[in-house]
Amino acid sequence: MKHLTICLTFCLCLSISQAVFAKGSGYVFVSSEKDDVVSVFKSDTLELVKKIPTNERPRTLRFNSDRSKIFVACGDGDAIDIIDVARLEVIKSVDVGEDPDRFDVSPDDKYIYAANEDDGLLTIFDLKQDKKIAEIPVGEEPEGTLAHPDNKTVFVASEVANMIHVIDVPSRELLHNIVVGLRPRRMALTPDQGFLWVTNEMGGTVTIIDAKSYKVVDEIKFQPKGFRPEDVTPVGIIMTKDGTRAYVTLGHANHVAVVDVAKRSIDKYVLVGKRAWGITLSADEKTLYVVNGKSDDLSAIDTESLKVKRSVPAGRVPHEVLADD
Amino acid sequence: MKRMTFFILVLLSICLPVQTVRAETETLIIGYLEYEDDPRYEESYTDDRFPAQPWGRPTDGIEAALKDTRFAAMAAGVQFKLERRSVAAAEELLPALNELHAAGAHFFLLDLPGKMVVEVASKTRGMPVLLFNLSALDDDLRQEHCQPHLMHLAPSRTMLTDAVSQFLVFKKWRDLLVLKGTQPEDAAYYKAFLRSAKRFGIKPLEVKDFVLGRDPRQRSKNNVALLTAGVDYEVLYVIDSHGEFARDVPYQDQKPRAVVGAAGLVADWWHWAWERNGAPQVNKRFFKTAKRPMTGYDWSGWIAIKVIAETLIRSESKDFPSLAAYIRGEDLALDGSKGYQLNFRSWNNQLRQPIFLTTPNWVVAQAPLDGFLHPTNNLDTLGFDDRESACKF
Repeated sequence: MKHLTICLTFCLCLSISQAVFAKGSGYVFVSSEKDDVVSVFKSDTLELVKKIPTNERPRTLRFNSDRSKIFVACGDGDAIDIIDVARLEVIKSVDVGEDPDRFDVSPDDKYIYAANEDDGLLTIFDLKQDKKIAEIPVGEEPEGTLAHPDNKTVFVASEVANMIHVIDVPSRELLHNIVVGLRPRRMALTPDQGFLWVTNEMGGTVTIIDAKSYKVVDEIKFQPKGFRPEDVTPVGIIMTKDGTRAYVTLGHANHVAVVDVAKRSIDKYVLVGKRAWGITLSADEKTLYVVNGKSDDLSAIDTESLKVKRSVPAGRVPHEVLADD
Repeated sequence: MKRMTFFILVLLSICLPVQTVRAETETLIIGYLEYEDDPRYEESYTDDRFPAQPWGRPTDGIEAALKDTRFAAMAAGVQFKLERRSVAAAEELLPALNELHAAGAHFFLLDLPGKMVVEVASKTRGMPVLLFNLSALDDDLRQEHCQPHLMHLAPSRTMLTDAVSQFLVFKKWRDLLVLKGTQPEDAAYYKAFLRSAKRFGIKPLEVKDFVLGRDPRQRSKNNVALLTAGVDYEVLYVIDSHGEFARDVPYQDQKPRAVVGAAGLVADWWHWAWERNGAPQVNKRFFKTAKRPMTGYDWSGWIAIKVIAETLIRSESKDFPSLAAYIRGEDLALDGSKGYQLNFRSWNNQLRQPIFLTTPNWVVAQAPLDGFLHPTNNLDTLGFDDRESACKF
């Protein structure tokens, strides 16, 4: 008995220390659509450590709040797989409806909000009860899904309706439809929660929405030199924790745009691989990771010099990247 | 009673999310005119699934788009209502249009053969209506028979032949043997081919007429092996507006050469195998309801509704003249799920769009091909450009 108590205490301490210091595993995770794996790389050397088999067509990746788990949307497998970060393997799969693509985890880790691309639905999945608890109809091809830190609001981008739907989770009500640019994909909320930034793949822009009044207040157009407008397809977006800088992947224009958030102006375009898509920052924000879907690689960019430090192969059609360094 | 309450609750929960954002909605009638005996839609023909030909009426595409655009319509405070009228003869077109116009319709989708499009468009000139040509590829509708209120969603025949020419130039396959049909539609197709070949610097080695049939006295014209003998061609170009002859050309010809035109590599404006730009999702949704793959004709119907929906959420005013002006203007930017932002050419009301070069189960290339550039919009390397336009509104 005594043994068990010690053991339990030890375990508890361990998990607490992990949560408090948020010391990561030192890995970078990449989903590759056509290999049905999540590849694990060492964050410093980008050396491949492991390929974790998943259900078919893994795309979106999300951490839970203490980064002990990774959720993986597997579109053709009709499931969200859950990876244990310590064990580097899938420990469970949950059914959130057909063809899950983008999703988000609620800030309290209780729910998954998943966009079902084929059915025009936002599915709310209760992780504790292990079941779907609501389906909310939204515009066709719902894509980017973002849970507001207030734990109440979810934003869903509909690629076909060219709108952001604002959903109130407690009442399941669709509160607002905000018309944005053509084919909205992903979103980022400024750290002060004042503005919602939305990438528009076909529009070649980012739409900036006042997150209180839900009015569109500005638009940023990307025009890297030497690319035809139709090739400028912004998709991935991430903001620094202090809210000064945003990085936007420009898809077929093969660049990442570095944006001054306050000025809403573009500082620089950084050349990466072909079809720059998923994007994330290291914990110290000194490294930017980008996956390139048409050159099948992962690029690591130094955020001070804004130069690519290293590129490594990352499986067939890498889609999204997460860093846990 | 308990059951009833439950039922009402379920109903309410279904309606609620929509109701919270719905303001007053008004009904927007969209007229749809089709010709009952249109040979393009005879079942025996659509069942054969000829490439770049209809496999069913474009109404399936329209139904899909009505579902796709429901949130846009809701945001605009509008509910679409499709009014379908099938006519038995050209004379019935105008009365049908007038009846719907009297009921408040301004937008009309025409699924008619070219001659009937000319008829209805010329007789409605000056009326506050906008006509969308879904399925007539005839070049003359974009040229001498153009009308200011007639918008073309299907590409012209010339846009399709230009796409094939770009591909041939891109591959440096220039020595052509051309087999052409003898029907009036084939003559128009051939005219488009000639213009396109000249424009892109392709010179056919030889042009031969074919006829359908097995009459041994006509075998020099109906036998593919004989038709293709004695010419040292690189590519066999089949001009067949129907497709029945063309489907029997690949592998029956003398030489192991590529076949293009109406068989082999075929230019089309949509394909169920296109993997980019969200097309797989569009195709999946279409297939679910229509129970068949989506064709260019279905895409025309689908994009027609998208034109109207997109205009409703972007245009400042909802009155018909403002909407019509927005549709014809430079600000329109449509997402047709095949890349590029789409809008209409100001000189002939043709929708700018990329063209696919397809095999039965794949999209080999997308035109404009790399290297075909235009000073203002690369999509204008396909079809009649401003300076060659014979259209005078």
